[in-house]
Amino acid sequence: MIEVRNVWKEYGDQVVLERLNLTVKEGEFCSMVGASGCGKSTFLRLLLGQEQATRGQILLDGQPLPGEPDAHRGVVFQRYSVFDHLTVLRNVTLGLELSQAKFTGRLFGAQRRRARDEAVAMLERVGLGAAADKYPQQLSGGMQQRLAIAQALMMKPRVLLLDEPFGALDPGIRRDMHELLSDLWRESKLTIFMVTHDLKEGFTLGSRVLVFDKVRVDPQAPGAYGARITYNIPLDRSRESVSAVHLARAAVQGASSLEAISD
Amino acid sequence: MRLINRHPSRIGGLMLLLLPFVVLLVVYFMGSAERLKLNPDDKLLPGVAQMSDAVKAVAFTEDKRTGEYLLWADTLSSLRRLGIGLLVSALIALVVAVATGSFPVVSATLSPFVTVISMVPPLAVLPILFIVFGLDELSKVVLIVVGITPMIIRDLHARAREIPAELWVKAQTLGATSWTLILRLVLPQLLPRLLAAMRLSLGAAWLFLIAAEAIASTDGLGYRIFLVRRYLSMDLILPYVAWITLLAWLTDELLRRITQWCFPWYGGGAR
Repeated sequence: MIEVRNVWKEYGDQVVLERLNLTVKEGEFCSMVGASGCGKSTFLRLLLGQEQATRGQILLDGQPLPGEPDAHRGVVFQRYSVFDHLTVLRNVTLGLELSQAKFTGRLFGAQRRRARDEAVAMLERVGLGAAADKYPQQLSGGMQQRLAIAQALMMKPRVLLLDEPFGALDPGIRRDMHELLSDLWRESKLTIFMVTHDLKEGFTLGSRVLVFDKVRVDPQAPGAYGARITYNIPLDRSRESVSAVHLARAAVQGASSLEAISD
Repeated sequence: MRLINRHPSRIGGLMLLLLPFVVLLVVYFMGSAERLKLNPDDKLLPGVAQMSDAVKAVAFTEDKRTGEYLLWADTLSSLRRLGIGLLVSALIALVVAVATGSFPVVSATLSPFVTVISMVPPLAVLPILFIVFGLDELSKVVLIVVGITPMIIRDLHARAREIPAELWVKAQTLGATSWTLILRLVLPQLLPRLLAAMRLSLGAAWLFLIAAEAIASTDGLGYRIFLVRRYLSMDLILPYVAWITLLAWLTDELLRRITQWCFPWYGGGAR
């Protein structure tokens, strides 16, 4: 469904990503892990359409991705994902209003009531039913991220992109959020790409883990070579993939004896 | 306890708030009494009796020539000029800032231009305004607009760029067009900030209003104080200055309240 063909991303002389090739089927949950600054978030922005690949192309259902963000690709950022000038309910309704009312950006009458009901149902689903009339800054960090996910899901996007969505949350809340996200993923058959720093999170949630790493490093010119996807690990859900966790951890830490482990 | 950690109590806070005002009044009236004792006809530091006579004459007595109550007539014309000037500036600034803040193409053309224009001293333009728009109402309002609009535009443009990039992207993923993105994200985010920018430019607006009235006018608060300056009428100038200050403070307070009522989500409005 998503096909990445020989994608490069360069900023001037600095190569961030090089020779990315990847095929992801519909309904996969791809966790993207790797050291800081190795292009995971850049790759997410390419998928989002916020930035363009320098070379190569990304295809969605065989068509090149549009060069700007659109309603097919939902996104949840680590921060600033919800609109602080709208109440919780209006945040969730906004997507319906923007996509249905192309001129006013607002719905009225029966359409509005329908959108409202849909939004209320979604809020109940993510456990924010009681907070519908609050403003985002009155919510805790975890509830704001629930809201952001609900807001993105209202659009029924083909692809959901998550940029360290739980990075700023407490461990306990994080666990709740993992549960919520797994449930939503299983129900909706979404294709999800999630950037995370937390390897364990990547492996518990994902159906596939992509490890980003720099294969070649020139000490004289750190920007000369970019990162690639060094490991593309499909996770077999039926057994605990402990060894895979070790493998990826080693990969991220740049260990050189990977072949020995994976054999 | 460290001084930085000591907070005044409610009553104490009120006393501290009033203290400088009381000190100012006490110092003034002591000086005034001192001078009046030496010379009962002293005009420089008039006492309460002289000032209240002067106020009575302008506020509660019909003017012999025009049949108007001068203070109220002056206040009305000044506030009308100020109000129109502020509204027009706010409207222009909002339109320009939304355009430059949202569209890189417009920003590339207009932003450097606005930056240069905002450096033109408005009072230096005043003669041009009088020549072009004549000496009546229009040139005074235009002076206020010329004086404060560039500042508000620059402020609002900066505020528009401060809207997190994440929100711009998010709105697009929710299906917004450029137009609806402005309607549902940029405008609501900028409106409370526009009110804040207007509050900050109130001082400048009053400055330009009084300058314009002092130079060419037949009524208005600024006109009046510059008129009676010829007779050294401190007994009228001081109450007028106090009145202008009160009006300015009330306008500021009004804008603050509007911000709080209309935009409860906006934290910056509480100041």
